[in-house]
Amino acid sequence: MADIRSYTMNFGPQHPAAHGVLRLVLEMEGETIRRADPHVGLLHRATEKLAESKPYNQSIGYMDRLDYVSMMCNEHGYVLAIEKLLGITPPRRAQYIRVMFDEVTRILNHLMWLGAHGLDVGAMTVFLYCFREREDLMDVYEAVSGARMHATYYRPGGVYRDLPERMPQYEASRFRSDKDLKDLNAARQGSLLDFLEDFCERFPACVDEYETLLTDNRIWKQRLVGIGVVSPERALELGFTGPMLRGSGVEWDLRRKQPYEVYDELDFRIPLGTNGDCYDRYLVRVEEMRQSCRIVKQCIDWLRQHPGPVMLGDHKIVPPSREEMKDDMESMIHHFKLFTEGYTVPAGEAYAAVEAPKGEFGCYLISDGANKPYRLKVRAPGFTHLAAMDEMASGHMLADVVALIGTQDIVFGEIDR
Amino acid sequence: MAELIELVWILTKIGAILGPLILSVAYLTYAERKIIGWIQNRNGPNRVGPMGLLQPFADVFKLMFKEVVLPSNANRFLFLVAPLLSLMPALAAWAVIPFGAGLVLTDINAGLLYVLAMTSLGVYGVILAGWAANSKYSMLGAMRSAAQIVSYEIAMGFALVGVLMAAGTMNMSGIVQSQAGPIWNWFWLPLLPLFVVYWISGVAETNRAPFDVAEGESEIVAGFHVEYSGVAFAVFFLAEYANMILISGLAVILFMGGWYSPFHGLPVLGPVFDLVPDLVWFVIKVAGFLYLYLWFRATFPRYRYDQIMRLGWKVLIPVTVVWLVVLALMILAGFGPWFD
Repeated sequence: MADIRSYTMNFGPQHPAAHGVLRLVLEMEGETIRRADPHVGLLHRATEKLAESKPYNQSIGYMDRLDYVSMMCNEHGYVLAIEKLLGITPPRRAQYIRVMFDEVTRILNHLMWLGAHGLDVGAMTVFLYCFREREDLMDVYEAVSGARMHATYYRPGGVYRDLPERMPQYEASRFRSDKDLKDLNAARQGSLLDFLEDFCERFPACVDEYETLLTDNRIWKQRLVGIGVVSPERALELGFTGPMLRGSGVEWDLRRKQPYEVYDELDFRIPLGTNGDCYDRYLVRVEEMRQSCRIVKQCIDWLRQHPGPVMLGDHKIVPPSREEMKDDMESMIHHFKLFTEGYTVPAGEAYAAVEAPKGEFGCYLISDGANKPYRLKVRAPGFTHLAAMDEMASGHMLADVVALIGTQDIVFGEIDR
Repeated sequence: MAELIELVWILTKIGAILGPLILSVAYLTYAERKIIGWIQNRNGPNRVGPMGLLQPFADVFKLMFKEVVLPSNANRFLFLVAPLLSLMPALAAWAVIPFGAGLVLTDINAGLLYVLAMTSLGVYGVILAGWAANSKYSMLGAMRSAAQIVSYEIAMGFALVGVLMAAGTMNMSGIVQSQAGPIWNWFWLPLLPLFVVYWISGVAETNRAPFDVAEGESEIVAGFHVEYSGVAFAVFFLAEYANMILISGLAVILFMGGWYSPFHGLPVLGPVFDLVPDLVWFVIKVAGFLYLYLWFRATFPRYRYDQIMRLGWKVLIPVTVVWLVVLALMILAGFGPWFD
């Protein structure tokens, strides 16, 4: 009798569906996966260690670079942990701005996920449709922080600055006709809030468009239904969070269960799956985009009616404005101290978590009373999800591994940190 | 002397078919990128030449000047022969395709059989390429492709048997002539299920989306041709697109009335539309089918390998078998304008 030998295949780190630098060593029998062994660490940048060597505020930018498609949510987790240690609460307006941008980020992340997931399964048009909408949200990021991706916008004590009164517009160039220019700038005539409101009006129809391409498509359903089924009990045991957990039917969302900022004042629903397969997780995330859109709308309404400070006035933590600094000695000293030494944080430990688009993103901070953290531990949702890859993939086929990578919404920035 | 003239004449005719064919392949790639671009809110190529029209030539020159990398441990001979093996049948099949009344290189009686033989030969190129490259990804691609083509060949063969029964001949021109008449006279109507099965199997046979598992770029990167570069890759590319045009051409000949205008034989419209040359009608119809290829590619996700097999064996083949029986009954009863 012939020897039956399993076939070892190296999937990644340079593979079109590896979502960055995932390396999977697959043991296969023909097309069927027997064992999937994820290898991580190819994108390790020692973020946690770096944070130990610099003042608290200077690590905010590193948080953006963890899960680089849900930037502000990562900042939020880190900033919340510092605020917990300091015992401060940002002004209401700052909290609303944070929530609004958390939800903008959720839409950004889910658009990226939907596009990449579609592309992995072979539907390439969705990818470009998603990026069309992503572009507008990137502009929102840019308008408020000056950077399209790595915003560094949240600060302990509030947010860096108030929302701009004017939305930046496209400029004339020889590659754009006047008509194109007018169309592009049509929604950008007012403030950032006007632009976002217009986006929220348009966006549900865009989601419908993605859904017409996928949701009822026979091939799409054949590729996702019944793939990577995780029971609710098992999902909890594996440490799943976010849409991966809710896709299995466990109602757990930090925005509801441990409300932070102003989520307890907002009206939104938590979509749940029933079967725990890839298709349910797809439906959950698509519905989350619609719910995020609703939350953004509510925040816009509140923000319009309630102007006010977006930062605390405590200059032991928050730098004074430049004008104050120029003619007030005290402010000058504060400014100098904050931008060289930073602020000190009372000794203690704190864990703060936010519901990031991929799941629970948490920061565990230990302070020894100095101006730098003694230890920072980041709890990244993707890590636990990837750890379940073997369990989800074995017995399925090679093409399903690609669908599973898509459904886990893996981003290596946060897994390797 | 007479033989020499005959030979030159045949070679000229071959050139007259292959030249435009290769040019259409080049512009099919351009059309693909443009059309899918428009579907996806993009512009497509627009930098090389006016509206990007010279893009195909830029691509060809780029590929010609690239090095053909021979992977270590590859079987050199088979590795280089494989692309040719997939290209030659794709071109040879054109010998029996009638572009218009009498416009055909060889008007043999077993034309349909010949085409079927040629299209199935193409798979050897794919299998050998996958095996010879000595890469696991290629090997998987070759295995998928072999299984897929073998099973869809059956469904396609049955669909063609239907055409054979309806036309009563295997001669390609004869098949077209038996459809002479306006659009409802063509075989797509009485053979509708077979037509659909043929077209689905045709898309599967050419390894195009949503059946492109043999090269599914997100799973096995590029499947059987993952190790190919330069001209060797270009030859595979040429074969794939030549096959797409061939399958579309066959669909037109077998089901869509070949070179006839849609109003052929009608009192007033018929003579007016017959003023348009045969070849133009043929090309328009082929272009329509090619558009379907591109449209599918932009719309559908990719099937999984086992799902393709299930579709082929459990859906398409039973449909053809049932419809062959229905067709036989229709012919016996002398049904409609087709079989009286």
